[in-house]
Amino acid sequence: MRWFKVIVLIVIVALLGIQFIPVKRNMSTIIPSTDFIIIYKPSERVSDILKTSCYNCHSNHTDYPWYSYVQPVGLYLEGHISEGKENLNLSEFGNYSGRRQKSKLTAMIYQIKDNKMPLPAYTFIHRNAKLSGEDKKQLQNFLNR
Amino acid sequence: MKQLISVFAIMAIMLSACTGNNKQVNAQSIADLEIRHEDADHHLDSRENMDHHNMEMGSGIEHHMDSSPMTVQKSRTNSIVIDAYLKIKNALVADNGKDATKAAKDLVNAFDNIYKSSIPAEKMSEVKEIIEDAREHADHISENQGNIEHQREHFEMLSIDIKGLIAVAGADRTLYQIYCPMYNNKKGGMWLSASNEIKNPLYGSKMLNCGEVKSKISIQ
Repeated sequence: MRWFKVIVLIVIVALLGIQFIPVKRNMSTIIPSTDFIIIYKPSERVSDILKTSCYNCHSNHTDYPWYSYVQPVGLYLEGHISEGKENLNLSEFGNYSGRRQKSKLTAMIYQIKDNKMPLPAYTFIHRNAKLSGEDKKQLQNFLNR
Repeated sequence: MKQLISVFAIMAIMLSACTGNNKQVNAQSIADLEIRHEDADHHLDSRENMDHHNMEMGSGIEHHMDSSPMTVQKSRTNSIVIDAYLKIKNALVADNGKDATKAAKDLVNAFDNIYKSSIPAEKMSEVKEIIEDAREHADHISENQGNIEHQREHFEMLSIDIKGLIAVAGADRTLYQIYCPMYNNKKGGMWLSASNEIKNPLYGSKMLNCGEVKSKISIQ
């Protein structure tokens, strides 16, 4: 029992300690002319779907939930966001070459069709980010245009 | 011990509360984005940009439809790229994700070697652009050994790049562009093969013979 207490104490101290790790925040407030929605002007419905289900991890602006300020949750989220942006950054879509834009559009179609995106871990918390059958159809129609 | 349990209970309650609030938070964030969106709308240059990109998007499927025979310059620059690409193709035909991963790694190395070869300066920017895209697809193939359907998706996109690379930097052998109209919800998909015999890497054994030769790529 004494050892148990020591371990609990160590864990608590460690949890408190990591609260002080600085986390880089993905919170640009500028919408550049290279932004996907600015470039392609999708319908309001499609724009809403993109913002709710994609932009938090695939753009330069994340709307952080309060618990993202608690570590190690924040670090975990930041890892997802940086990986997401590396694969597809909708804020900088216009900076991709024409060839790459086509590839990204096709890859988006595949990911949506295969139910790979948005990630289950994301839709578990963000219930409204889950794509309905109709959402998927609207997105596919737009991306296939 | 009792205290510990109550701490966990409080944490659990807080977490569940945050899930409940979530919808509200998101509605707010959408409204925020909307405002920022409108701001950005006022930039004139973004409209110009839009027109330009719309045009590009419209021609997005042209590569699938192009069925005219193609002649490219004879060159050994792409030899190892073509070797590795065809190895990925054969692995996918055989439903072998592991071999596809190995060959995709070879392909990444082959891309690095291309820069060391003698590519005319005026073609370099296009070659770079193609390789930048193709490399990403090769990476995805090599990282998804256990998910062959994902490998196939990237292989299809990779095929478009390899065709582009051959058009710019030539090939050392005759190739055939083969097209399967079924792939990707009947949007269609293509690949390159050294033989005109149909063996489908996009479906493998599920639909081995689906496809038709769209064009022959001959060397000068």
